[in-house]
Amino acid sequence: MISELLIRNGYVFDPLNGVEGDRMDIAVRNGKVVEKVGRKARLLDASGMTVMPGGVDIHSHIAGSKANCARMMRPEDHSKDPEPRTKYTRSGVGHTIPSVFTTGYRYARMGYTTVFEPATPPLKARHTHEELNDIPIIDKGCFPLFGNNWFVMEYVKQGRIKELAAYVAWMLEATKGYAIKVVNPGGIEAWRWGRNVRGLDDPVPNFDVTPREIVRALCQVNSLLNLPHAVHVHPNCLAEPGNYQTTIDTMECVRDIPTRGHPIMHVTHVQFTGRKGWSWPDVRSGAPEIAEYVNMHDHVSIDLGQLIFTNVTWMTADGPAMFALFKLTKTKWFNADVESETGAGVVAATYKKSNYVNAIQWGIGLELALLVKDPWKIFLTTDHPNGGPFTAYPRVISWLVSKEARQKVIDKINKTAQRRLNLPGIDREYSLHEIATITRAATAKSLGLGSKGHLGVGADADIAIYNIEPSKTNLANEYKAVRKAFARAAFTIKDGRVVVKKGEVVRDVRGRTFWTRPKVSEGAMNTVVNELESKFDDYYTVRMANYPIEEQYLTASQAIATTAEI
Amino acid sequence: MRGMSKTTSENVICTFCASGCDDLEIRHDARDIDSARNGCAISISRFTSVKENRILKPLVRTRRTLRPTTYARAIDRAARILSKAKYPLLYGWSQTSCEAISKGVELAELVGGLIDNTTTSCHGPTILGLQDAGEATCTLGEVRHSADLIIYWGCNPIHSHPHHTTRFTIFSKGRFRKARKERRLIVVDVRRTDTAKLADRFIQVQPNRDYELLTALRTAVNGEELEQDSIAGVPREVIEELADMMVECEFGALFFGLGLTMTAGKHRNAEAALSLVRDLNYATKFVVIPMRGWFNVTGANEVSTWQTGYPFAVDLTQGYPRFNPGDTSAVDALARGEVDAALVVASDPVSHFPKAAVKHLLKIPIVTVEPKRTPTSEASEVVIPSAIIGIEATGTIYRIDGVPLEARKVIDPPAGVRPDVEILDAIIKRTKSLGVRR
Repeated sequence: MISELLIRNGYVFDPLNGVEGDRMDIAVRNGKVVEKVGRKARLLDASGMTVMPGGVDIHSHIAGSKANCARMMRPEDHSKDPEPRTKYTRSGVGHTIPSVFTTGYRYARMGYTTVFEPATPPLKARHTHEELNDIPIIDKGCFPLFGNNWFVMEYVKQGRIKELAAYVAWMLEATKGYAIKVVNPGGIEAWRWGRNVRGLDDPVPNFDVTPREIVRALCQVNSLLNLPHAVHVHPNCLAEPGNYQTTIDTMECVRDIPTRGHPIMHVTHVQFTGRKGWSWPDVRSGAPEIAEYVNMHDHVSIDLGQLIFTNVTWMTADGPAMFALFKLTKTKWFNADVESETGAGVVAATYKKSNYVNAIQWGIGLELALLVKDPWKIFLTTDHPNGGPFTAYPRVISWLVSKEARQKVIDKINKTAQRRLNLPGIDREYSLHEIATITRAATAKSLGLGSKGHLGVGADADIAIYNIEPSKTNLANEYKAVRKAFARAAFTIKDGRVVVKKGEVVRDVRGRTFWTRPKVSEGAMNTVVNELESKFDDYYTVRMANYPIEEQYLTASQAIATTAEI
Repeated sequence: MRGMSKTTSENVICTFCASGCDDLEIRHDARDIDSARNGCAISISRFTSVKENRILKPLVRTRRTLRPTTYARAIDRAARILSKAKYPLLYGWSQTSCEAISKGVELAELVGGLIDNTTTSCHGPTILGLQDAGEATCTLGEVRHSADLIIYWGCNPIHSHPHHTTRFTIFSKGRFRKARKERRLIVVDVRRTDTAKLADRFIQVQPNRDYELLTALRTAVNGEELEQDSIAGVPREVIEELADMMVECEFGALFFGLGLTMTAGKHRNAEAALSLVRDLNYATKFVVIPMRGWFNVTGANEVSTWQTGYPFAVDLTQGYPRFNPGDTSAVDALARGEVDAALVVASDPVSHFPKAAVKHLLKIPIVTVEPKRTPTSEASEVVIPSAIIGIEATGTIYRIDGVPLEARKVIDPPAGVRPDVEILDAIIKRTKSLGVRR
């Protein structure tokens, strides 16, 4: 049966197609945007409203073993935020780590339709996919972790980049992963012995490779495999004072690798790795230096990891960083190392306006967003739930579009931080077009999702309609209305079907899971499979035959094929 | 066997305990298992005795006797019992697949019930402990590769998890620890178990006094003086020596069992153990892995947590999840006489629950979904036979350490017997067609 929909007369913001607030109709047939539809198409009147592609989140910890450890460890996080079942929806709980059904609904209510889980331990990828399968409405995918993997480090040590590329291809297929994720390269292997690495050139214990070598090799592999996204990097020295230099060094160390016109590296949640200073009382914002680097170079993109003053749950594969932070908070700490591959840490925390370091962190995120000139290079995230829950995105948007909104917070934060931040002197205010860029168009482009993040003919009909009349709204003054509009979409449309009306879910649909299948020459793959077979039982307590996840395991699998150059 | 060809399946995953041994070799044809290799004695017997004591037809109680019936009738009766009940309990789940557990949560939400898993009567206190103290853990392979100090406390893996010591701890071969002599083993228990006989040091703690010993160890690990000469039956010097061994090791691993979680102190014991391990990380690397029992009890916690936010004892009567163990836990709700119907999936509460809970359970209608005859099935209104996960049906299971595995089908179930997931799905559909109360 043909299903047609015509969204009439909205103000359309479609940055990838250069449409900036034009009043136009969007025609949808069978889940895709089309040139035009017949007379019998269902009409959806968007007069006086803002129409954007569905939101695309590039980095949000929504599923998998450590998210679930966090849920299990923090009943106090959920008990005040129950989500009752309705005629259309399953029940669940919020807040910083919502249960899976609630996660999908809350994203959809904000007009988001695609979300990527950014840190999957390969051995536990099946767990991630079980949760992704259960998350309603949104499309999704996950990034397996490679930065501390024994096979990776050994191939790097031997300088066998082609074999490393074949291995990464095997792993993406085995874990149904989308992109290469690197977290604290080498540092988590050092955490095996309770240690960490100090920077890009500190050798990894027992493996005789450096973080620099690991990052460079994986970026080369990314090119060889033609992967749709860049290497997604969480650098060394996360959360340490003075780490902005490590972040810049990490970006700089791959500058010479050919980019093929799109960034070779995406550095994530830079708020956590953009700190100047030598000690905690001395922490300053490193945002200006990082923004300057990003402004001058095209081989990198970054996302914010914006901090929100609220309760949060920290979770990362960066085990040593989590323990270091736990020693400061003394709250609750979960650690879960994964054999031969990676680690994970979870800590309960609270950000306070009165806390000097927290206030600086808040400022770093916003300074980055405002100082990086090109919105195609910087994406909105809170590194959910590390900087704050994803449900705080509308609040972040209000800060970006309104200096007044920022100033209201600045007036309440720690006085020393007020003096030391550059933020009060920054006048820039985002337009809706720029907001559409950093929340969907640029993220979809960075992920290489050709059918997402835009409303051109052939695009997936994932569409968000917000109650904002651009010609009559002064965003900077009416930031509260903006925030409200982005919190509760007037309509969210997923694959051509209306799933949210007036901020409430009216239909429960299932999204797809994206993963990447690089095609590698048979010879290269055979070499690597033989080597894996000879070592697998030594490295793992799971048999190689029981390691890969079959495609049928994904409820709605969407493989992106690439052709590798090996 | 009437021309049926025999084959050997390799890398078969054992679905007995939660160690997740996945190197079994099973010789079988389409219907029967001839022999099993590589498993422990329990595992081999589980596979080779798969046909024993089976329920082969759905049963419904009519005039006081369980009588054979069809699946459709049994499912209809089950759906009617559950949707009529005001406070139904959906219990068990640790010996079935995550896919079935997921259906269980959906059904609990649909009928407005209480869903609890066997965690409630084994490592529930461990979860309550970690909700207070966190947990520093790792996958079993990390222990195999790195641990030079192993502690088994209140558990006896030689009998409960027979391949634990060879696959993961003292007798295993890892990257950084190759042999038994490179690792030390401490066993703490109330009696000299068979595991204790392998230990370099055996510490005999007085029954129900583990909390004191853990706290004393923590005190010593944190560099403070112990004032008493003997604590929980253990001399001070021994405690100090133990603390030194723990602080000075390179990578320590503590495994604890029901000897901690089901003796006096319960979740306080677990919290003390988890806190001890956490504190040790200030000095060295230390991890803890609770010795979960059934092959998918971890999975029951995982599914329950990602779907409802809570790992066990989840009350869905209000239309949203609530978690308050002691109130919303199966044993307590039964002992208070509040539960008015029960669905039991892959478990045997009549044998395992305390008397007060069982007394009430026997008064209310029970629907049992179970492969084999049990005291619970004998006491049920409706019994629906199911296929055994990992032998006759495929499903996802989680190891003790949270590593997920797909336990695959090896042989066909007995004629007409269905997997749990199909049975539960049919109950959900029937319940919906009867008209949902809420």
